[in-house]
Amino acid sequence: MNRRKIIEEWIFKTISFLAAYSVVLILLYLLIVVFNKGIGALSWEIVFSLPKGGYYFGGGGGILNAIVGSFYLSLGATVLAVFIGLPAALFINVQLIRLKRTQNTIRFFLDALWGIPSIVYGAFGFAVMLFFGLNASLLAGIITVALLITPILVRAFDEVLKTIPVELQEASYSLGSTRTETALKVLFKQGFAGFITALLLAFGRGIGDAASVLFTAGFTDNIPVTLDEPVATLPLSIFFQLSSPIEAVRQRAYAAAVVLTVIILIISVSARLLSKRYSKNIIK
Amino acid sequence: MKQMTFTYQPTLSAESVTMQNEIAMAEEIKDTSIISIKNLNVKTRDGAILKNINLEIPKNKIVVLLGPSGCGKTTLLKSLNRLTDLHKELKVSGQIIIDGQDIMKAGQNLSAMRQRMGLLSQRPFPLPASIYKNVAYGLKLKGIRSKKLIAHSVETNLKRVGLWNEVKDRLKSPATSLSIGQQQRLCLARGLAVKPTIILADEPTSALDPISTKIIENLFKELKQHYTIIMVTHVLRQALRLADHVVFMYYGEIIEQGHPDEILKNPKTTILKKYLIDGN
Ligand SMILES: Nc1ncnc2c1ncn2[C@@H]1O[C@H](COP(=O)(O)OP(=O)(O)OP(=O)(O)O)[C@@H](O)[C@H]1O
Ligand SMILES: [Mg+2]
Repeated sequence: MNRRKIIEEWIFKTISFLAAYSVVLILLYLLIVVFNKGIGALSWEIVFSLPKGGYYFGGGGGILNAIVGSFYLSLGATVLAVFIGLPAALFINVQLIRLKRTQNTIRFFLDALWGIPSIVYGAFGFAVMLFFGLNASLLAGIITVALLITPILVRAFDEVLKTIPVELQEASYSLGSTRTETALKVLFKQGFAGFITALLLAFGRGIGDAASVLFTAGFTDNIPVTLDEPVATLPLSIFFQLSSPIEAVRQRAYAAAVVLTVIILIISVSARLLSKRYSKNIIK
Repeated sequence: MKQMTFTYQPTLSAESVTMQNEIAMAEEIKDTSIISIKNLNVKTRDGAILKNINLEIPKNKIVVLLGPSGCGKTTLLKSLNRLTDLHKELKVSGQIIIDGQDIMKAGQNLSAMRQRMGLLSQRPFPLPASIYKNVAYGLKLKGIRSKKLIAHSVETNLKRVGLWNEVKDRLKSPATSLSIGQQQRLCLARGLAVKPTIILADEPTSALDPISTKIIENLFKELKQHYTIIMVTHVLRQALRLADHVVFMYYGEIIEQGHPDEILKNPKTTILKKYLIDGN
């Protein structure tokens, strides 16, 4: 190797090294700040009790309403998104296999939907809600968040299905499968690890999003019992506490942020583990 | 004079001295043929992939398709069980008559039609399931529910491909845990389980080691007593070892066909001569 190549190599190596590690460092720094600010206020009471009167002025209680509310909402939205998204992704890859252009048009639209800011979904959900005469409620929140995460779920699953070699579909057809059988018994199973990842990705996005639930889910100090009651969510809980003039309440906002971050981290790690576990049947 | 069952390139017709002979032979084939392909054309927007293919496939024989890369061997194989349907850009026309039925006619029961043919591809593609379920899959599609019957068929077909002793203790393991050679035999067993009469094999040994190749070759020799095998290969010596009938294709056309000894040792066309020299 000549001198120039050695220098070129060194510069490139250094740049990629710095780029890769700075991303990791920024993430770590973020985690440290959040944990550092929040850990002091974190307690069993915060995590496991509902806000008592005067909680937002420094009174007792916790954010259980928001934790459980967020789970209700994201679970509901994820279930709804799976009902729409799973058949959609399979449809794109099985029924539309002959129509490459249609496939790509649909993918383009889904990508566009993925890119729309969640506040727009919030505004849209709000308009729909008013049109049907609904109140800000668990149901309205679920529908809005489902709208937000369905494109994510479809595209994430679709990206996995797309990589499945067409020969596997051919093998399935040659054994006498219909299209539906190929979709459900072969493609879905082959892409199952990817499906789990897509599911958790969508769930994580749903549980962390504030803007889409701002107008549609409302906020409450209780845990909703029916679908038409308002529901509290962690992002909004953080938002309300963080805008308080009282220092102790702002601290609790960071405690809530720690809870949310831990939930998201658990989701990411399980996504990895599960997808590993389920990919044992897969052709690589 | 009856219709000719194979086509020559127009420029080659000067070499048709022995044509009379071949027509007689082709007619003999026709009597026992299981597939007859008539005027099969496969086109894309860019041009023709298969040009006016006429071919009789004799029953219980191994027919080998030979030809340079891109000449349309895979496309011909896929036309036979209408896997070309998966590609809209392929426009298929003509007749493919299998056991007296034109499979190109709309309204065919595609599933049943495809189950009459087993498919082996260049690389094994086991279904995302256990070894057992791979073989059982086609049976379940056929509506067979009896656990006993399925277990029996799984065992018989795994034995048939010589895989039973290797896998009988781990039938529940993922099919992907097998070696590539074993996977290819599993794919064969899976295809045989649905009781086809025809086996379509597209370079079935190209991803395999010499020993697995030998196993597959020997299996084919046995299987041809009950099945008609249509196989693509690039290995001339394999063609010589296995073929009862060789079809040489070039740019979407059938140039020459006949008994391997005849066609591979005394090629008539310059194209085939050149191909054989380059191939060796
Ligand atoms: N879906 C398709 N769309 C457009 N062109 C195609 C399609 N499938 C095949 N072709 C073209 O048809 C020709 C024949 O392809 P085919 O795969 O049948 O060749 P082959 O004889 O099997 O070659 P090989 O020996 O390399 O496997 C090639 O030129 C290929 O590019
Ligand atoms: Mg090929």
